[in-house]
Amino acid sequence: MTTEHHLAVRADRVTRHYQMGEAIVRAVEDVSLDIQTGEFVALLGSSGSGKSTLLNLMAGLDRPTSGAIFAQDRNLAEMSSEELARHRSHTIGIVFQAFNLLPRMTLEENVELPLRLAETDREARHSRVREAIERVRLSARLSHRPSELSGGEQQRTAIARALVNRPSILLADEPTGNLDSATGDEIMNLLSEINESGVTIIMVTHERPRAERFAHRMVTMSDGKVVSDGGRA
Amino acid sequence: MKGRDLAELAGRNLREAFLRNSLTTLGIAVGVASLVAMLSLGVGLQQLATDRLARTGLFDAVFVTARPTTPNFRNPTDMTFTGSPKPLDEAARQQLASLPNVVDVYPDIRFPIEIHFNGNPYPTVASGIAPSARKDGAFDGMNGTFFSGPDADEAILQIDLARQISDHPDSLIGKDLTLRYAERQPLPSGGADGKSDSDGYSIVPKEKNLRVVGIIETEPAGAFGMGRARLLLPLQLAETLRTSQATDLRDLLRNTSKGRTYDSLTVRVNDPPKVKSVEDTIKQMGFMAYSLLDASKSLGLVFTVFDLFLGIFGSLALVVASLGIINTLVMAILERRREIGIFKALGASDFDIRKLFFVEAGTMGLLGGVFGVCIGWLIGHAINFGTNVYLRGRNLPAISVTAVPWWMVGSAIAFSIVVSLAAGIYPASRAAALDPVEALRYE
Repeated sequence: MTTEHHLAVRADRVTRHYQMGEAIVRAVEDVSLDIQTGEFVALLGSSGSGKSTLLNLMAGLDRPTSGAIFAQDRNLAEMSSEELARHRSHTIGIVFQAFNLLPRMTLEENVELPLRLAETDREARHSRVREAIERVRLSARLSHRPSELSGGEQQRTAIARALVNRPSILLADEPTGNLDSATGDEIMNLLSEINESGVTIIMVTHERPRAERFAHRMVTMSDGKVVSDGGRA
Repeated sequence: MKGRDLAELAGRNLREAFLRNSLTTLGIAVGVASLVAMLSLGVGLQQLATDRLARTGLFDAVFVTARPTTPNFRNPTDMTFTGSPKPLDEAARQQLASLPNVVDVYPDIRFPIEIHFNGNPYPTVASGIAPSARKDGAFDGMNGTFFSGPDADEAILQIDLARQISDHPDSLIGKDLTLRYAERQPLPSGGADGKSDSDGYSIVPKEKNLRVVGIIETEPAGAFGMGRARLLLPLQLAETLRTSQATDLRDLLRNTSKGRTYDSLTVRVNDPPKVKSVEDTIKQMGFMAYSLLDASKSLGLVFTVFDLFLGIFGSLALVVASLGIINTLVMAILERRREIGIFKALGASDFDIRKLFFVEAGTMGLLGGVFGVCIGWLIGHAINFGTNVYLRGRNLPAISVTAVPWWMVGSAIAFSIVVSLAAGIYPASRAAALDPVEALRYE
């Protein structure tokens, strides 16, 4: 199957089942979804609806039980683990609810980490790191460790880290889940800015009002299936 | 991930759990130290034995004798020997000296003497020493000096004889002693018919004054290591003394050679590996030839097996230490499970994770190897020190029983790294195989 060039991600009848003892958990069930380049898509749903699993499949962190996921015309299900690692390094950026910064590294070192993994030349790294940090407005906190940063600053650091390899797709899993309302809005504004610069954003959230304010499109999942797919109300 | 980044991240990880990683590294160091100490003892003892044997001058020498005549096997009751063997005379000596790779050919001149010093007689055996024997190392560390010339009227005493003569053996150096020996003198010309030369000879006692120039621990072994002489004198001087030899009677009976024949000749070769070819050539010339090459090969084999066993015992500690590496890295996987998940989410491949753990294991192996070699070297010195304290207590000369050559330093460090990397295979594979989604969920 081929995909059209304006599609950032395409899920084609994707299923992901887990074996939990004797039982089979149907986390994602026959989901098909096309996400256009430059879209800001919110994946909504209650806990256990399968939205994070779908995001992990799009990130190449997990493989579908059946079906196919295309990113930039390439089927992730057919990629080797090395190719998936390259996909995560060069095509996508990931932001987590729990920030997932490395506590013993400074802000600058955390942001630099994806460049090390992508084997970017040392000469180019400094400017790339500064550029990403300036984008999230944390230039004054370069040498601070995560424990010395607020929750919002940590999430902005995580966003800078996700952007430093200049990905075309940003995947965010509950990026405001650990933040207060005002800080959450700050982060959402930042994500909007990033989206306006041309980066496709797929965001998992259970906060419908916030999604309605910032996302172009809302896909709601329940019991592993897409139950609604539409634009802002 | 590039090598430098890998090294930086591995270094950071190792510093994170500094105490645990230091203890693991110390465990490796103890293992390597045990290995190095054991091997240094084996190599040291081998060097000691080889050195001592080399000093005997046996391993670069071929001992030549005349081929014996063969008994008549067709008639077992007739035990007379037949055939005419090639005589080992002066002509044969010159022929042997002209062979390639031969540096010296000299007879084994050994004769009974009586030393007179301060009016007391000391019966013993004297032996002529070729100038080339000086290079063997047998005279290294002797008290006094080697002979000043090839025919100098000088003597070197073996320590036991020197002790017999004086309570202060070293005080004999520079003093003169009188040597009494039996000289072979040909009978005057004119046989029974008054025309022919006589083939007979007479033996008359003679004396010779010699100055003691040195005192040596043991005599360098002569042909077949026989006849421990206690007084050594220059070979050329010994030859001019025309002392009565064991072969004289045989020469008289056979009358096969106009000149004097030798019981045996020692052929010195410039390089021990060439001994075999020289030996073969001499056999083809019609002489009996024998060298200790095979004996030295057997000795080398014995020490190789000895070193192997010492190495195996020494390696056991390193194997135990490698379990410590496995334990440390498996603990690190548990502690850094989430971090591994983050690395993978950010683009690290399974291979990157595996390399990171390998570099950490290898770094511990490298550091443990370096420290271990240092500790092993110190243990070797302690063994030497203890051994020499013991030997000095028994009035014996100091020796070195351990040796840490450069090849051992390099090999021990390399072995430590290899063992550490092998120990890292399981943890590294386990870390690389972690499911990133599961790892990211880990608290």
